[in-house]
Amino acid sequence: MNLEELNATATNERLAQAKKNHHLHVCVGTACQALNSEQIAKALQTALRQQGRNGEAEVKCVGCPGLCSLGPLVEVASRVNGGPTQPANESPADANHRTAVLYQFVKPEDAEEIIAHLGGEPVKRLETPLDQPFFTRQTKVVLENCGKVDPERIEDYIAVGGYQALLKVLTEMTPQQVIDEITRSGLRGRGGAGFPTGLKWGTVAKADPNRYPTNVPEGIQSRKFVICNGDEGDPGAFMDRSVMEGDPHRILEGMAIAAYAVGANHGFIYVRAEYPLAVKRLRTAIRQAQRAGLLGNAIGGTAFSFNVEIRLGAGAFVCGEETALMASIEGGRGTPRPRPPFPAESGLWGCPTLINNVETLANVPPIILKGAEWFAGIGTEKSKGTKVFALTGQVKNTGLIEVPMGISLREIVFDIGGGIPDGKEFKAVQTGGPSGGCIPAQFLDMPVDYESLAKVGSIMGSGGMIVMDDSTDMIEVARFFMEFCMDESCGKCIPCRAGTVQMHRILTKIQEGKATTRDLQILEGLCDLVKHTSLCGLGQSAPNPVISTLRYFRDEYLSKVKPG
Amino acid sequence: MPRTLTINGQEVSAGNEQTILEAARDANIRIPTLCHLDGLTDVGACRMCLVEVVGSNKLLPACTTRVQEGMEVHTDTERLRAYRRQIIELLFAERNHVCAVCVANGHCELQNLGIAVGMDHVRYDYLFPRLGVDLSHERFGMDHNRCILCTRCVRACDQLEGAHTIDVLGRGARSLIVRDMNVPWGESTTCTSCGKCVMACPTGALFKQGSTVAEMVHDVEKLAFLRAARERKVWNV
Repeated sequence: MNLEELNATATNERLAQAKKNHHLHVCVGTACQALNSEQIAKALQTALRQQGRNGEAEVKCVGCPGLCSLGPLVEVASRVNGGPTQPANESPADANHRTAVLYQFVKPEDAEEIIAHLGGEPVKRLETPLDQPFFTRQTKVVLENCGKVDPERIEDYIAVGGYQALLKVLTEMTPQQVIDEITRSGLRGRGGAGFPTGLKWGTVAKADPNRYPTNVPEGIQSRKFVICNGDEGDPGAFMDRSVMEGDPHRILEGMAIAAYAVGANHGFIYVRAEYPLAVKRLRTAIRQAQRAGLLGNAIGGTAFSFNVEIRLGAGAFVCGEETALMASIEGGRGTPRPRPPFPAESGLWGCPTLINNVETLANVPPIILKGAEWFAGIGTEKSKGTKVFALTGQVKNTGLIEVPMGISLREIVFDIGGGIPDGKEFKAVQTGGPSGGCIPAQFLDMPVDYESLAKVGSIMGSGGMIVMDDSTDMIEVARFFMEFCMDESCGKCIPCRAGTVQMHRILTKIQEGKATTRDLQILEGLCDLVKHTSLCGLGQSAPNPVISTLRYFRDEYLSKVKPG
Repeated sequence: MPRTLTINGQEVSAGNEQTILEAARDANIRIPTLCHLDGLTDVGACRMCLVEVVGSNKLLPACTTRVQEGMEVHTDTERLRAYRRQIIELLFAERNHVCAVCVANGHCELQNLGIAVGMDHVRYDYLFPRLGVDLSHERFGMDHNRCILCTRCVRACDQLEGAHTIDVLGRGARSLIVRDMNVPWGESTTCTSCGKCVMACPTGALFKQGSTVAEMVHDVEKLAFLRAARERKVWNV
């Protein structure tokens, strides 16, 4: 498919959609699907037929619109004037937004009532306001299509400007120009560490595939690789899952652009097997993109070819670490290895490899289309753009949010999150999962960016954000995460393998009232050891939940240990 | 082109492909190691050889870090000594390392390191896991209680014998050295009974059957000899 054909597909799809006055978007993300949302979609369809209105409305299954705690969600987007035409420069998503109604806690038996009210007054008992801060305070870049497009139809993605960025890159830009654009945008890795993306791309582009010995399996022509890291494993985190489920084509487009920039012709998406829906939708998306000539050989009629394969994780958290992930793709035991050499120089089968997180790659197409300056205009000086967070824990609105970098924790927890339920007080927020720390109330007004979070002993991480109220036992929080790290340690290096076991043991002793102040000293010694001597990021960050709770909630520890 | 660097203040010259560990050895500077074995590839797993390099905010494993011109390396700081002692203590607490009744008593790298780091007691709780002893092989035995999971046997079997009979099962503290698909050693269909894994073992975990306390001496030098003989045709190491 070349640019003309792409534009024609987009126009056709938009015209087809414009024929309908009402668009019913049913969330079929994992959370809503677990609450029977596919039945809701079917019931809506049946009701449309029965009431003879299927000419004026369509039911569409979409990805996660974010407010998971109110699911299953159904959004009804209606056009005000009801005319069949639509301004050419307006995507259906914009048009739909003008008079949208969001229904919460929908059941299949509500379908008839919802359809009967189409075009009239909304069903009051199901309606939840769209002008609440949860929606108005967000800035959607990565998630702009989630909840809007049907993740299983490539035409729907093309209709909102999908694959335009890829064809623009292939026909108008050199690889170096793409890298420069990403560099100027200030995009940093969204997997947690925040490494500048443009710099990483540049390193892989310059890397010589012949410098290190390579061992590429037969049948794979590429001597450089692009990997999308979708091995999201932090407890309480589901950002990448939602993007993969809700907008899989965007990830493919981001990967293809990255591949063009670094000179790779083969890519892998590494997804954990616990995300079957994401895997299914990605598979569908790859097939559709190949058929449309947007993946595979001669993409868009150019000389560029790029193939993507999916690899499933087998349930090891450590396989989110890049060197362990590559070992896993190669078919080996998923254990990390020392760096250097970094994957950018010697990665998959010894070849230069670009490995980016799902969210990082999802940021790429809009940067190409709207420009580096637009992206750099969002966020703070050192942390550009937006960040998706999975907001969970003791907060009223739990779900998926996307906010500009630099927003304060207070805005996230109290405005978007709606504050703490049941009249309880805020105690701490945990960011970064088992690698992050607990941030107490005194830092609520701190801006959320890479540097600020690191300064208070946590990390941005991949985007898990767990809110805790004043009934939370912080030592139990630390113990939970330590148990997680202990179970997930691969066992290769001694500090992580044996150190996490001993730390967990001491935390358990504290909880059982059997620990002394000497145990606390030993615990702090272990934190220092494991943080500074472990082989990979898992071990190096495993003590963070303990260190940060010791720093801000030391009284809780001291009240539970005996002198000795 | 040779590189010049300083290790503990001493000027050292090294080949550009050499690791810090090799350069230090050539200069008679001892860096403690456990998972390293001459003749096998390095994995940087035991963290005993971590060194401080001026300008790097991370500690670097000497066995896998290549020398660089002007590098300033410190191998024996107070901080490193404290870490090494903690690591050795963690190992002693992890499984059942009872030297007095061990076949490798007096010939054990773990024991030697315990002495070298000044370990007079273990500050951590002994975990005393219940682990078995595999005596199903007619010539060799494996005592998991004394295994430190350094994977030297795994690498020797794979890289020098080419059998890859041995690998690691499970993860974390539940990791276990196994043969084939976790079968008793004597039932392994790929084991050639060459004994290279036994030569590679730093502790009393792998031993020749029939050896009693303090009788098991591991022939580690033979592995480096084999590699040098095969790859570089050097016959007198």
